[in-house]
Amino acid sequence: MGSTSSEQQKNLLSKIATNHGHGEDSPYFDGWKAYDENPYHPTKNPDGVIQMGLAENQLCFDFIEDWIKRNPQASICTTEGIQEFKDTAIFQDYHGLPAFREAVAKFMGKVRGERVRFDPDRIVMGGGSTGANEMITFCLADPGDAFLIPSPYYPAFDRDLRWRTGVQLLPIICESSNDFKITKAALEMAYEKAQQANINVKGLMIINPSNPLGTILDKETLQTIVSFINQKNIHLICDEIYAATVFSQPKFISIAEIIEGDGSCNPNLIHIVYSLSKDMGFPGFRVGIIYSYNDEVVNCARKMSSFGLVSTQTQHLIASMLSDDEFIGKFIIENSNRLATRYKNIRRELDKVSIGCLKSNAGLFCWMDLRKLLKEPTLQEEMVLWGKIIKEVKLNFSPGSSFHCYEPGWFRVCFANMDDETMEIALKRLQKFVKRSKEKRCGSKEEILQKQSSAKHLIS
Amino acid sequence: MKWLSRKVTCNSHGQDSSYFLGWQEYEKNPYDEFQNPNGIIQMGLAENQLSFHLSESWLSRNPDAAGFKRDGESIFKEIALFQDYHGLPAFKNALVGFMEKIRGHKVSFDPKKLVLTAGATSANETLIFCLAEPGEAFLLPTPYYPGFDRDLKWRTGVEIVPIHCSSSNGFRITQSALDDAYKQAQKSNLSVKGVLITNPSNPLGTTVSREELSLLINFVSAKEIHLISDEIYSGTVFDSPDFISIVEELKDKNLEDTDVWNRVHIVYSLSKDLGLPGFRVGAIYSNDEIVVAAATKMSSFGLVSSQTQYLLSAMLSDKMFTSNYIAENQKKLRERHDMLVLGLQEVGISCLKSNAGLFCWVDMRHLLSSNTFEAEMELWKKILYKVGLNVSPGSSCHCTEPGWFRVCFANMGEETLKLSLQRIKAFVESTMTSNNDVGAYSQRQSPRNSRRRSIPNWVLRLSSHDRESDR
Repeated sequence: MGSTSSEQQKNLLSKIATNHGHGEDSPYFDGWKAYDENPYHPTKNPDGVIQMGLAENQLCFDFIEDWIKRNPQASICTTEGIQEFKDTAIFQDYHGLPAFREAVAKFMGKVRGERVRFDPDRIVMGGGSTGANEMITFCLADPGDAFLIPSPYYPAFDRDLRWRTGVQLLPIICESSNDFKITKAALEMAYEKAQQANINVKGLMIINPSNPLGTILDKETLQTIVSFINQKNIHLICDEIYAATVFSQPKFISIAEIIEGDGSCNPNLIHIVYSLSKDMGFPGFRVGIIYSYNDEVVNCARKMSSFGLVSTQTQHLIASMLSDDEFIGKFIIENSNRLATRYKNIRRELDKVSIGCLKSNAGLFCWMDLRKLLKEPTLQEEMVLWGKIIKEVKLNFSPGSSFHCYEPGWFRVCFANMDDETMEIALKRLQKFVKRSKEKRCGSKEEILQKQSSAKHLIS
Repeated sequence: MKWLSRKVTCNSHGQDSSYFLGWQEYEKNPYDEFQNPNGIIQMGLAENQLSFHLSESWLSRNPDAAGFKRDGESIFKEIALFQDYHGLPAFKNALVGFMEKIRGHKVSFDPKKLVLTAGATSANETLIFCLAEPGEAFLLPTPYYPGFDRDLKWRTGVEIVPIHCSSSNGFRITQSALDDAYKQAQKSNLSVKGVLITNPSNPLGTTVSREELSLLINFVSAKEIHLISDEIYSGTVFDSPDFISIVEELKDKNLEDTDVWNRVHIVYSLSKDLGLPGFRVGAIYSNDEIVVAAATKMSSFGLVSSQTQYLLSAMLSDKMFTSNYIAENQKKLRERHDMLVLGLQEVGISCLKSNAGLFCWVDMRHLLSSNTFEAEMELWKKILYKVGLNVSPGSSCHCTEPGWFRVCFANMGEETLKLSLQRIKAFVESTMTSNNDVGAYSQRQSPRNSRRRSIPNWVLRLSSHDRESDR
């Protein structure tokens, strides 16, 4: 009766269950593991690793908690809200609570400065944007098909868009020489490469504002992209989950604004993915949204959303919160201001040690340029540097290679998931490390010069 | 070029089935005691609305759990940020405790082997993704829950091959039915990866017997395949025989830590037992650590809201509340069940003898104009449009015998159930009258109907076969 060998055991399971398509062997997650094993705490573990690899928005909870206290009826389980408990608890209609969809549609419009309106009937729920991204992929592409995606991009897309769907991701290479902007040439090159390899491209995925860059797409780039997808007759999925994290000029332009003004664009190709995880700081609530201009996709995605509906308890809370116009108006501004302050602070401290970041105006992170700390511009050296940053400096940064960045030396550094004191300590650690690295380099430069001059002395 | 995926354009979502069409008709004309007293009464929705007063009373006594507080202090931030796919430890511990209680503490569960998912819908799909490749198959006893066509097949590409069960033995699973199904799969060149049972059964409302469990364990052992036991109705058993979980049977047979132990997986949910379908709380329990690891990662696509985990960890940790809830709930279910069964008996309609679930499996074969699925559809439409009751026809559950209907009893008030019984009574009486008139007429017609195919095309499209079996 003995137990099956692990090889036999694996054969009993699917390929999906036993392959590495979940992508968790990436250094992106290794850093998290290092943090989990030795997490920083101001008093209990002051020498621990500071988590700067998690794009969370923790800056406005005091604001939100105040609203929660003042609005007990938003929770269906409090004395004030309990009369709605039963109806909410049994409601499992995949259309979602009408009040929830209306509130989300309104919020999306507000975040875009009321420049566009969203139709609540096109709002489809997903299990967080993770679930929503996978779902839209299932709707638009078959196994073996491909999406083009500008690199660098969020590491978990490898799992979300590919793992169970069997769809491929083909990078559109973006370079630091033009601030990683998406160019027509890069789009065409990626498409051409796919054609040559006989891969059927079904769509283009963009993340705007960008993770990991923290930049927004300008109008010209968006228009180039829209022309491109129309010409090729492929879908455009715009992941806009960082829309409300834009903290300085230029203002955010949603794809919704582009297509509303452009009669030549086929709306059936346009789909938006949204979530409250970043803008509001509620990753635990799993509020993911697909907004599609294609009726067939809305219908299909709605049926699929059965696999990841938002808990009605949460729908009810969110409906209540996002309908409070005054609160939301203030929140959007406060959120933006606090992110701006954090960003300015980091840039100032990094300037002191001549470390630059890509100029950005959104997101919960900066795209830090540590190329000059590399011994050589190679992936191996990026990994060596990253190892040092985790083990010696005790900061969990995310290496650019985990984002499929083709140029070594870039790191994504999150800044909104900690308080001011921790941020200060993290920056000090980084400053010390940079100074030490420079001294070492200067030191070795001096050694080289000395050796060179002794050599000359010997020769002469 | 095809714009959308095949998943959009196929109908594997199963929603063209009468099961869902009935819901749509209900939504167009829903019964309301005051506003629409002639509307359609929903009896096609397996919901448990009988025990909300118990949950509501608990909530009013436990304001902290509801208001994001612990010991009076706000922990909103901690909850809002919690997205770890391992789940809130307190919640998993509480859920495992609840599952053990329902099983009379005859088995114990390890929270580390539990994976949380967005409802049993997501749990079932996730397990299939873990256990089978596209084109492989799972065997399911018929009749089965219509939603399985979507949950198990749609995005996974896996096929369902039915294990035909018949009324001749109370729809019990037999060795020959299992063997036939396996052979049928082989004939269709489908590699069978496992069997999925629902215990207690939906739509039958019966608990699976010890003999059947034993049969299944022997079968999956011999074939070296998986067994998924969907036990989402385990807390709704209101009468003997007692519920026997698959893990209890494995334990009784001393099969712990054997190969088959690792190939048995349980699906659970709080949608039926606690009446909280909106909260999307599902779970997979498996002894196979690779399955647990893979399913945990996959649960990223449908995690349980941390707000809900926090609330329910408090609720389910309250042992007094859960004991009382389980007992009270079962009592109420039994009362409702008896009301429906007796009411139907009075008009000559019998039900399969059942001891669980939120519905009865009703025998209306004698009301069919002929022993065909066309006649079943005819009857169903009459019941929907003329009688004003949305019941689920057996064909939508892949039943191979026409004339059976699933009728839910726990999703409405007592008065509404009484009204639905009155409507059925009126319908049966009028049918008797007109049958007496028509009976002679129909005997003069050609026996065309009986020569028609006994399973309609759209039912076949939902299953793995293109053509009916030789049954």
